[in-house]
Amino acid sequence: MKELIRTLTETFSPSGYEHAIRSTIRGMIEPFADEIKEDAMGNLIARKGERTKNGKRVMLAGHMDEIGLMASHIDEKGFIRFTGIGGINLQTLFGGRVKFINGVQGMIGGEPITDISHSLVINQLFIDVGADNEKDCPIKVGDVAAFERPFVDLGKRVMAKAMDDRVGCAVMVEALKRFKKSPHEIFFVFTTQEEVGLRGAGTSAFGIDPEIGISLDVTRTGDTPKAKKMAVTLGDGPAIKIKDGGMLADIRIVNWMIRVAEKNKIPFQREILEGGTTDAKAIQVSRSGVPAGCISIPCRYVHSPSEMVDIDDVENSTRLLSSLMEDPIEL
Amino acid sequence: MAQTTSLSKKQIQIIERLSNAMAISGDEGEVRKIILDETSPYTSSHKIDSLGNLLIEIKGKGRNRVKVMLAAHMDEVGFMISTDEGDGIYRFETSGGIDLRQLPGKAVMVGKDHFPGVIGARPIHLTSAKERKETIPLSSLRIDLGPGMKSIKPGDGATFGTRFQQIGQSMMGKALDDRLGVGILIDLIKDPPPNIDLQFAFTVQEETGLRGARVAAFSFDPDLAFVIDSTPANDLPTWDGEENHNYNCRLGEGPAIYRADGASFSDPRLVRLTEETAIKEKIPYQFRQPGGGGTDAGSIHTQRSGIPSISISIPGRYAHTAAGLARISDYLNTLKLLKATLKSIPANILEQERK
Repeated sequence: MKELIRTLTETFSPSGYEHAIRSTIRGMIEPFADEIKEDAMGNLIARKGERTKNGKRVMLAGHMDEIGLMASHIDEKGFIRFTGIGGINLQTLFGGRVKFINGVQGMIGGEPITDISHSLVINQLFIDVGADNEKDCPIKVGDVAAFERPFVDLGKRVMAKAMDDRVGCAVMVEALKRFKKSPHEIFFVFTTQEEVGLRGAGTSAFGIDPEIGISLDVTRTGDTPKAKKMAVTLGDGPAIKIKDGGMLADIRIVNWMIRVAEKNKIPFQREILEGGTTDAKAIQVSRSGVPAGCISIPCRYVHSPSEMVDIDDVENSTRLLSSLMEDPIEL
Repeated sequence: MAQTTSLSKKQIQIIERLSNAMAISGDEGEVRKIILDETSPYTSSHKIDSLGNLLIEIKGKGRNRVKVMLAAHMDEVGFMISTDEGDGIYRFETSGGIDLRQLPGKAVMVGKDHFPGVIGARPIHLTSAKERKETIPLSSLRIDLGPGMKSIKPGDGATFGTRFQQIGQSMMGKALDDRLGVGILIDLIKDPPPNIDLQFAFTVQEETGLRGARVAAFSFDPDLAFVIDSTPANDLPTWDGEENHNYNCRLGEGPAIYRADGASFSDPRLVRLTEETAIKEKIPYQFRQPGGGGTDAGSIHTQRSGIPSISISIPGRYAHTAAGLARISDYLNTLKLLKATLKSIPANILEQERK
């Protein structure tokens, strides 16, 4: 599992530019899926199993994209001004390194801060790729970059960039590999452009027209010093989403997930997330509406270059997902 | 860099009519009528959908034709009368993105008959220095039409009263966002590339949330979409002589190709095709700076199972104010680039790698 997470997190694929991660995941799942396709928005869709009399058409969604940066101007001296892709926390940028998808690396510098009472604005930051002037700069306006930060194995816990949501992708890849028997037709959808507005999930849900939708994504925790209160702790098991900033999970889905977790003795937590949402929101309101829920993997430091998860949570999320798919779904 | 060719007298007249028309969001009939006047000799049919989008299809010739939607929005930012306070004084609301600092002292026109009026401002003689530093809130602004305008009712639209003018190599007028895009699509209908099926959507309610394009894209269900809009050029020198790195785009440097804005990523295959076409045909172009904002592509690309889209804009200074300014060369180069790109769309474009 750790090696899987390493491979997925060390791939560079900000929103809208998911080419690399799509081909990585496709290579991993090709032997296990019944059918694989890519849709107009670049979603990678793997179908597995047939829908039996007691089965349903189920859509699982984990997003392939990660937050990143996009060059907006190359100045005369070769410094790159940029804008964010997805929810970038400026405090985490200073001094960090980035890699453009053409392979060019650089560091994020800033203009001197003369008034510390003012909060940082993105216009004060720039990327230095070692260019002397605009002409020599190997980057042009619109080129995208992601954080450059290797995966680190801390034992029980692991940290990396883009754990949001490559760890969700890892859970889906692993569940597909372990797939035994299911009454359901299951669509494993690795979605695009989640970080900029759940865009890929909405269009793939329209195409699949599922009867049940479940997203696999990370959620915040309340267990770091002076953290905002939140009843989710790293290591206490997958978080079954009840509510977030964009969705009320279908209560029948919540109850079903809890029943299955209890039956299989899988630890779990009940999640209420203030702010933030997942692909499940877009699936829920697709077409005439879809009962939807989310299995969240607790994650510290979300949207920073070092996001941390507990490997037991990842394993238990995979077990929960596999268990959910084993039997007929009674809502 | 600007090319020497210029707009025909007829083209300028159409842009003038479009710019002078009044079509705030939700009430786009005037612009719709001008488009129909201009295009009906060239088309066999059209449809006006339930929201008011004007939809025109032109089929191409040959096999494996790609279905391409082209969108430009008919509506403009403006005002809506909310209360008749008597003696020709009216309260109003804004419609679309309006900067209140722009309003005092501006001439406006109100209602179907374009009654002239003014958004009143207290003269400098009677204001204090402190007052002059503050933005006047909407609740303190009024449109003054003078007494006797009994036919003006709450709910009537209003917009800036500016008249279009050609100034040398430039065009000045209100609502160039997006009447320039509308003009481009009219020109294209008169001389459509034959290799593809074209689906023209003159959309409504873009300025209030990309609403018309959403339903137009759903009903057209195209393979891909090009959105033609006007994007602000903030390209004047900075006050302190520092390099301006937030210009968005620049006047006179050609069509502004989007790679990303706040509402969508342009499909990388379409960006590549457009850029390669510009280079091959020696048409000047620029990339619009990525960042916020959004065009109809924002709602088109997420319709149904997804519609790969791209935005290309004509640069315009002073957007959403009483008078915008655009270069004729940028209009011509946008038209040229759009035509050349559409002509070179390969039938297998959607099978290409999207990197």
